[in-house]
Amino acid sequence: MSEAQKPAVRELPYVMAINEGIREVLREQEDAFIAGEDVAIAGSVYGYCAGLLDEFGEDRVVDTPISEKGIMGLGVGASATGCRPIIDLMFMDFIGECMDEIANQMAKMRFMFGGKATLPVTVLTMGGAGGSLAAQHSQSLEAWLAHLPGMKVCMPSDAYDAKGMIISACRDDNPVFVVLNKASLAMTMEVPEGPYEVPLGEACVRRQGSNLTIVAFGRMVHEAMAAADQLKDLGIDAEVIDARSVQPFDTETVVKSIKKTHRALVIHEAVKFGGIGGEITAQIQEEAFDYLDAPVMRVAAPFSPVPFSPALEQVYIPNADSIIAKVKETLEL
Amino acid sequence: MLAAKKKPAAKKTPAKKKAAPKAKKAAAKAKKAPAKKAPARKAKGPSEKTLKELHLKMVRIRRFEESAGKMMEDGKIPGALHLYVGQEAVAAGVMQHLSNQDWITSTHRGHGHLVAKGGEFKPMFAELFGRATGYCKGKGGSMHISSMDLGMLGANGIVGGGPPIAMGAAFSNKFRRNKNVAVAFFGDGASNEGSVHEAANMAALYKLPCIFVCENNGYGEYTAQSRHQAIVDVADRAAGYGMPGVICDGMDVMAVYEAAGEAIERARKGGGPTLLECKTYRYYDHVGVRGMGLNYRTDEEIEAWKKKDAIEGFEKRLKQLGVMTEKQIKTVHAAVEKDVDEAIEFANESPYPEADTLLDNVYNEKGA
Repeated sequence: MSEAQKPAVRELPYVMAINEGIREVLREQEDAFIAGEDVAIAGSVYGYCAGLLDEFGEDRVVDTPISEKGIMGLGVGASATGCRPIIDLMFMDFIGECMDEIANQMAKMRFMFGGKATLPVTVLTMGGAGGSLAAQHSQSLEAWLAHLPGMKVCMPSDAYDAKGMIISACRDDNPVFVVLNKASLAMTMEVPEGPYEVPLGEACVRRQGSNLTIVAFGRMVHEAMAAADQLKDLGIDAEVIDARSVQPFDTETVVKSIKKTHRALVIHEAVKFGGIGGEITAQIQEEAFDYLDAPVMRVAAPFSPVPFSPALEQVYIPNADSIIAKVKETLEL
Repeated sequence: MLAAKKKPAAKKTPAKKKAAPKAKKAAAKAKKAPAKKAPARKAKGPSEKTLKELHLKMVRIRRFEESAGKMMEDGKIPGALHLYVGQEAVAAGVMQHLSNQDWITSTHRGHGHLVAKGGEFKPMFAELFGRATGYCKGKGGSMHISSMDLGMLGANGIVGGGPPIAMGAAFSNKFRRNKNVAVAFFGDGASNEGSVHEAANMAALYKLPCIFVCENNGYGEYTAQSRHQAIVDVADRAAGYGMPGVICDGMDVMAVYEAAGEAIERARKGGGPTLLECKTYRYYDHVGVRGMGLNYRTDEEIEAWKKKDAIEGFEKRLKQLGVMTEKQIKTVHAAVEKDVDEAIEFANESPYPEADTLLDNVYNEKGA
C-alpha cells in the first residue's frame, strides 16, 4: 500500500469500508446527501448504508422509488444547484434505465453550458459477476461510462481504496462513478479510521516485477496477484498494476512499467470486444511500441451475456488460471 | 379572469368515454376555458406594471423568435432551430412569478423561456450564431442555451430531459430550506416519456416545490396529440401522482399568470407540486421556419389558432383597460426591434470560439 498509514487501523470488510466512506463524506459536507433505492430504512441491499439514517436523518439519507431516471435526474438537478449528492444505483446493469440522465445530462451539462454549471455528484454502483445473478445483475459496463467526456469512473479493488475513492469522488467537483464489486464485499483488509483520499486517475503498482506488466481493473486485481504468485514458479516476474481509475486512465504508470518489462497483459471482467482493454492496448502501442517484445495480450470475459449457472459462470469470469494460460500461450512456455 | 378547471389531488378521475378529439376541437375547448369567474383568492387583478411586463415579455419573445427564424433562413444560424412563436403567453405568464433564484428547466423549444427569465438578446443571438460571446460560449447553441445566473438550467435536446433535473433542483431548494421553486416546462409529447412520470411521482412523494408546466401545443413533433396519447388533458395524470392538475388557456397570458401564480405560491408555502397544463399552439413547424414540408396539420387549423393570438388578444385587452395606448404599444415593439437589431449586429461581429477552447469545460479542473 503506497498511501501513508494512519495510526488507527482496523481489519474491515469492503462493505464496511464503503459505509465509512459515505459516513465521512456526510460528516464533512453539509450539502451532501445520499439517495437511492432501499438506502435509508433498509440500509441498502448490500448493507453498506447501515446506520446512516440514524446518524444523519431522513433529509440526508433518502429512500427513493424504483425510478432510476428520477434518481439520476435528482443527482443532476441537485448537484447543479448547490448540493453534493451521492446517488446510489443498486446494480450497474441499471444504467440502461437512466442512461439519458447519465450520458446526455450529467456528463455534458458543464460543457454545454460553457463551463457555467458545476456538478459535484457521485454515483455508487455495484458491478461484477460471481453470484449467479445472471445476465441483468452481473455486468461490468465501465466502458460505457468511460466513453463519456465529462464523466470520471473509478473501480476500487479493495476496502482501503473503496473508502478513499468514495471520499475523493465526493470531494471532486465533477460527476464521478464509483464502480464497486459485489464479489468483494466480504473481503477484509486494514483500513484506517477517519477520512483519507485515494486519488482519482492514479494507478497503483501492487507488485513489482521485471518481465511482464499485468494491468487489471477492480476485482481482477486479486486474480492478477494470484496469477503473479504462480507465474513466479515458472520463472516469470510479473508486475501488477491496479488501474484503479478507468477515466481518467493513468497511461503514464502503465507505460513506465512496460518500458521496464517489455510485455503487457490487460485484464478485466467486462467482455473483451469493445472493453476498456482494447483502449489500453491501443494506448500502449501508441506510447510504447518500440519497447514491446510481444503483442499486448488481453484476458477478459467472452462475448456473451453473463450466464446464470455456476458451472458456466465460473468459465465466464477471468481468473488466475485463465491469466496464467494466456501468459504461457504468449510466451510459448 | 382565471382560466380553468382545477382537478383535485388524488381524486379519482373517471375514465373519459369520449373519443380523442381533433386538434381543432382542442382549440375550441381552450378558447372557452378562460371564461368564468375570477378566483376568490384575489380580489383585484395584477397591477398595471405587471400587465406591462407581461406584454413586454411576450413581445420580446415574438420578436426574438421571428428574427431568429429569419437569421436561420439567411444562413446565419447553423443547426436546428425550434421556434416558440405562438406559445409566448405560457413563458411570460409563468416567469412573471419567478426570480433569478428560482430554477427552470426548458425544452428543445427553449428561447422563449430564457427570454422570459430575463435572458439578454446579445448573448442569446451570439449563442445561436455559435460565437464565443454567447451564453454558453458557443458550445451549446439553440438546444442547450442556458444561464445559471438567471436560474435557467438549459434548453434540452432530449424530450423529457428537463423534468427530472427540475425535480432535483426543487429537492435542492427544499434541502437547503429556501423558498425558491423549480419549474419544469415540457410538452404533450414529453408527457409520454418515463422520465417525466418518474420526476412527477418523486416530486409529489417528497412534496417538492416543483411546478410541472405542460405546454400542450397539440403535437409531439409531427404527430397530433390524438395519435400519441389516449387522453385529451395531460393534467388528468396529476391525480395519478397525487398532485393538483390544472388546465388553463395557454393563449391567454392572464389565465396562465393566474394559474401559475397559484401553483407557485402553493409550492413556496410547502404545498408541493402542481401539474399545470397550458393549451397552446406553435405557429411554425416543429423545427425551422418553413419546416420540412410534411403534411400533418392544415392551414385552417393554424389560422384558427392565430385568431386567438396571445399578443394581439392581450394588446386589445390592455387598450380596453386603458393600461396602454396603441401608440405606447407601438413604442414597445419598436424598442424591442431595436434591441433585436443591435443584438444581431453584436452577434455578427462577435468572434467564433478559438480552436484551443474546444477542450475547456469538459471537466471542472481544480483551480481552473
